Amino acid sequence: MNIVKKKRSLLNPGSSDLSIIYPLLAFIAILLFNLIFTDGFFHIEIKNGHLFGSLIDIFNRGAPVILITIGMTLVYATGGVDLSVGAIIAISGALAAQLIRPDYVKGILEYGDQTSLIIVLLVPLVLSIILGLWNGFLVAYIGVQPIIATLILMTVGRGIAQLITHGQIIVFEHAPFQFIGSGFFLGLPFPVIMVILLFILTWAITRKTTLGLFIEASGANPLASRYMGIPVRMITTLTYGFSGFCAGLAGLIITADIKAADANNAGIFMELDAIAAVIIGGTINGGRFSMAGAIIGALIIQSLTTTIITRGVPPQVVLVFKAVIIIMVALIQSKKLRDQLSLILHSGDRPS
Amino acid sequence: MPDIGNVLLEIRGLTRSFPGVKALDAVDFTLRRGEIHALMGENGAGKSTLIKVLTGVHKKGSGSIKFEGKEFDASSPMDAASKGISTVYQEINLLPNLSVAENIFIGRQPMKGIRIDWKAINMNAKNALAKLDLEIDVTLPLSSFSTAIQQMVAIARAIDIRANILILDEPTSSLDMAECKNLFKTMKRLKDEGMGIIFITHFLDQVYETSDRITVLRNGQFIGEYKTAELPRFQLISKMLGKELEQEMVSSGKRAEETPSQKEPFMTLNNVEEKGVLFPFDLGICEGEVVGLAGLLGSGRTEVAKLLFGINRPTGGTMEIDNEPVAIHSPRHAISHSIAFCPEDRKTEGIIPDLTVRENIVLPLQSRRGFLRSISRKEQDRITDQYIELLKIKVSGREQKAGTLSGGNQQKVILARWMAMNPRLLILDEPTRGIDVGAKAEIEKLIFRLREEGRSILFISSELEEIVHTCSRVAILKGRKKVGEISGENISEETIMTTLAQEGTGERL
Amino acid sequence: MRFRLSQKNIPILSTFLVFILIYLSGTFAYKGFFSLRVFINLFIDNAFVGIIAIGMTFVIISGGIDLSVGSLVAFTGVLCANLLSRTSISPFMVIFICLLCGAVLGFTMGSMIHFLEMPPFLVTLVGMFLARGLSFVISLDSVPIRNELFLTISKASIPLGNGIRLPAYAVTFIVMAMLGAYILHYTRFGRNIYAIGDNEKSAILMGLPVGRSKILIYTLNSTICAAGGLVYSLYTLAGYPLAGTGLELDVITAVVIGGTLLTGGVGFMEGTVIGVMILGLIQTIITFQGNLSTWWTKVFIGILLCIFILLQRYLSLGKIKTGSRVKT
Repeated sequence: MNIVKKKRSLLNPGSSDLSIIYPLLAFIAILLFNLIFTDGFFHIEIKNGHLFGSLIDIFNRGAPVILITIGMTLVYATGGVDLSVGAIIAISGALAAQLIRPDYVKGILEYGDQTSLIIVLLVPLVLSIILGLWNGFLVAYIGVQPIIATLILMTVGRGIAQLITHGQIIVFEHAPFQFIGSGFFLGLPFPVIMVILLFILTWAITRKTTLGLFIEASGANPLASRYMGIPVRMITTLTYGFSGFCAGLAGLIITADIKAADANNAGIFMELDAIAAVIIGGTINGGRFSMAGAIIGALIIQSLTTTIITRGVPPQVVLVFKAVIIIMVALIQSKKLRDQLSLILHSGDRPS
Repeated sequence: MPDIGNVLLEIRGLTRSFPGVKALDAVDFTLRRGEIHALMGENGAGKSTLIKVLTGVHKKGSGSIKFEGKEFDASSPMDAASKGISTVYQEINLLPNLSVAENIFIGRQPMKGIRIDWKAINMNAKNALAKLDLEIDVTLPLSSFSTAIQQMVAIARAIDIRANILILDEPTSSLDMAECKNLFKTMKRLKDEGMGIIFITHFLDQVYETSDRITVLRNGQFIGEYKTAELPRFQLISKMLGKELEQEMVSSGKRAEETPSQKEPFMTLNNVEEKGVLFPFDLGICEGEVVGLAGLLGSGRTEVAKLLFGINRPTGGTMEIDNEPVAIHSPRHAISHSIAFCPEDRKTEGIIPDLTVRENIVLPLQSRRGFLRSISRKEQDRITDQYIELLKIKVSGREQKAGTLSGGNQQKVILARWMAMNPRLLILDEPTRGIDVGAKAEIEKLIFRLREEGRSILFISSELEEIVHTCSRVAILKGRKKVGEISGENISEETIMTTLAQEGTGERL
Repeated sequence: MRFRLSQKNIPILSTFLVFILIYLSGTFAYKGFFSLRVFINLFIDNAFVGIIAIGMTFVIISGGIDLSVGSLVAFTGVLCANLLSRTSISPFMVIFICLLCGAVLGFTMGSMIHFLEMPPFLVTLVGMFLARGLSFVISLDSVPIRNELFLTISKASIPLGNGIRLPAYAVTFIVMAMLGAYILHYTRFGRNIYAIGDNEKSAILMGLPVGRSKILIYTLNSTICAAGGLVYSLYTLAGYPLAGTGLELDVITAVVIGGTLLTGGVGFMEGTVIGVMILGLIQTIITFQGNLSTWWTKVFIGILLCIFILLQRYLSLGKIKTGSRVKT
């Protein structure tokens, strides 16, 4: 039997399924739109050696989303999803604030000794990793579906965050910690620096070692991977732990930036942004991932949000736009839809 | 026994193509009342396409299908069933958690007004099964019964819907001897009642035991229809393959010169058992030896392999490698002991379809090295090219996605990956299933070559000719028990079959 | 049907056991726990969670999931309140419109899941955000309901003696639960739901109308959910865009601890009702305890869900021998 090669067409990009051309083009399109319609969008000024401007804002405001997107990409590649990142953000921020001002919730407003920065950073991060590993354990070792496993933490986690803050919004002053959120380093906002560092670190770990390939193999065919000696369950658990870490980091940045911990609202609805970004970037649910694509996806979401808000739309309503976008992207990438369209477009060609 | 009864089904000139492939090319098929008709052909010959077109899964391209003299056109398997043509598939396509009775009646439950009449369902189910001489508790979930019984339930459902033609697609793959006999008894009884049965199987013995006629397909083409009694075995095989076979492959007496190894085994299993899966057994493997595991499907051969490779753990007994006791607790661990495993189901357990051929080949090697020390791309390319050439894998390049290869080439990729590991013991579970004869011969040559290099092979196959041809020692399994071991001169298809035929009915744990 | 210990029955039996256990511990720990009022309150306070759990039971038995329920509750409430206060559309029409919106959303999601073969979690996750976002579009703040009819309905109740009354919406829950159980047990559609969850591929081959059923399941679920949203707005007499946050977990928990397997194919509506009551019991105990903040409820529920999921995993590993394999 001879198998004829599939016709290359727009619906069947030949070279790589993970071509980041499309997301990149979309991002450029948004920038162009703003270039034309939004005054001063590309205006960057330098004050006190620091860069300011709408463009910088996109990267800065988007830093937490990009961070959890990086973690979500790896989880998604293993065939799962992490719905708990928002809750972990809340817990992380709540814990940091509580460590800085442990007596605030009791009504005491004076500060004691300033809590060391190491503690304020390390304790929330460690807890975030542990929570992530817990998700991973449920998924990889117990076999619970990822949606359910992370859904548990998504809801319970917020409860935990509330318990830490005793239901209040803890405000604080802590210069070294605040630097994480609003400081500048090498001219760029510190959150942006963190994103760049994390991206480099993740890229090194996944592409300079074989971990990236192992993650993709584990996601694409866990059974075959196990038979080849790949420690599938450990790798899966670690990706969830890493996702927890990224969320913890994002939580610290958000809290440091607003100098307050709001357990109710921190990180809320951010899961969708991350999932949308990962899908836009072309990562397969159980298979190949593209970190660069996912980050571009996150930038697209962020710039869209910024664009929409500058037009005067209330921020909560942006949810609708995001929902529409992610559905459109998922539709475009849906193999089934492509096959159907292909059938319709090429219906004249082949004999049956 | 009606020989030439009325013609029940008449297919003429049936053609069906898919993009780039002509799956059926002017195929004829005739089925008579009261006849068991075997449909035979190698993988890819068109058997399943023929059935799918007949039962409405695919639309026909051209040709005619006449059922009881009238044009027949089914829009779906259920439609075909309601019109009198039902299929029972190899993987029992029923609903495991629903009751037996419900499986028979779902979709067409008898109603009492606007509510389902459960009493009637249970009663009718009992009657339907009684027709097949089966008496079980129909309110139990289907999954609490063995595959053989589940198959009967599937047949009962088919008959209850309407019974003119029954298509059995590889029904005996998971049955032991007693269950096969029972199935054949049922088939004969249905045939005597006037049904027409289309029997698809690759077990030649069963074809000769049960069928009245044989239709052979090859490469989508109709080769011929024959009366079973008038078609000798190797004529059948040569029609299926389209060429005269080398004597070695078909005769059951001769085999390549093989002397059993005189050395001490480097790997021994003593009284190893897995409760509920395998009875205690002994096995020894010497270096440079090809040991065969023979037996029907379901006899426990794959389970032995899985124990050796650490996929499952034994509940009793000991294992030794080089006279040191070992307990292999995972595939990773097995690999560290230089054991390799080519699984039976290459699609779900072997190939990672989205990864490239290069990655599929190099992965276990990389896994053994750990994640920090990656194999350089140059080295990966070299290894991949080496095996593409050695095994003659048909690829457009190293970077082709493994999922787009044909079955035979995928098998070669899996072989390549394990050979690259230079294992001491290579376990092959049905390596030639679904592969054309040319590739089979190549794999056989490969096995010999590995043996020359001093490696050991555990060769699991349902094709006795292959076992006889390549192994110097054969362990025979039946009903999850090792019932015999033969070596050297004693190895022949007859001895294996005799050993299997003894021992009474296959026991279940 | 004869009683038999099997994979099907063990989850619902454990549910019932847990219910009894918690009830007993509550009785011993707190005065006044064991009373008709407390028992009836279980139905009253959890009526709307219960109604939504009824729809979710259908979805989960069919092997799917729906994350949009909480947001749809909010959307329905907001739509209802705003239509009543900002337009002169009759209340009956308003109810109809709200249910229709639910049906449309469910139909759309079900179609995408079936025709485009997109994973339910993704499609319903998007539905969740769409509904939530649209709620904010309609109104950013809570809007009270002052409509006559609604006020009347919210006060309507059946007297049960001893001054205890069963409100109309609790009755709705009970009636809908009974209808749901009937559908699952006595209609072909209901049995098809089990079939699809058990083995969809087989169901297709057996000729069952899988596509139609799946779309109907999601449509039905979202309509029921819209009904639940209306009940909620009756209960609170307001339309609040942030309503129902985290409701998905409560509902899924009720269904799971009610004995329905997440993998599909197994489950009972009766179990879901008990599951809902268990959730209510936990809330009641926390209220009686007095000094625990309500966030503890979420934590306990999460723990309970965890335990039941572990139980389900253990069972499905087939390690529990329940009824031997039978041979002729």
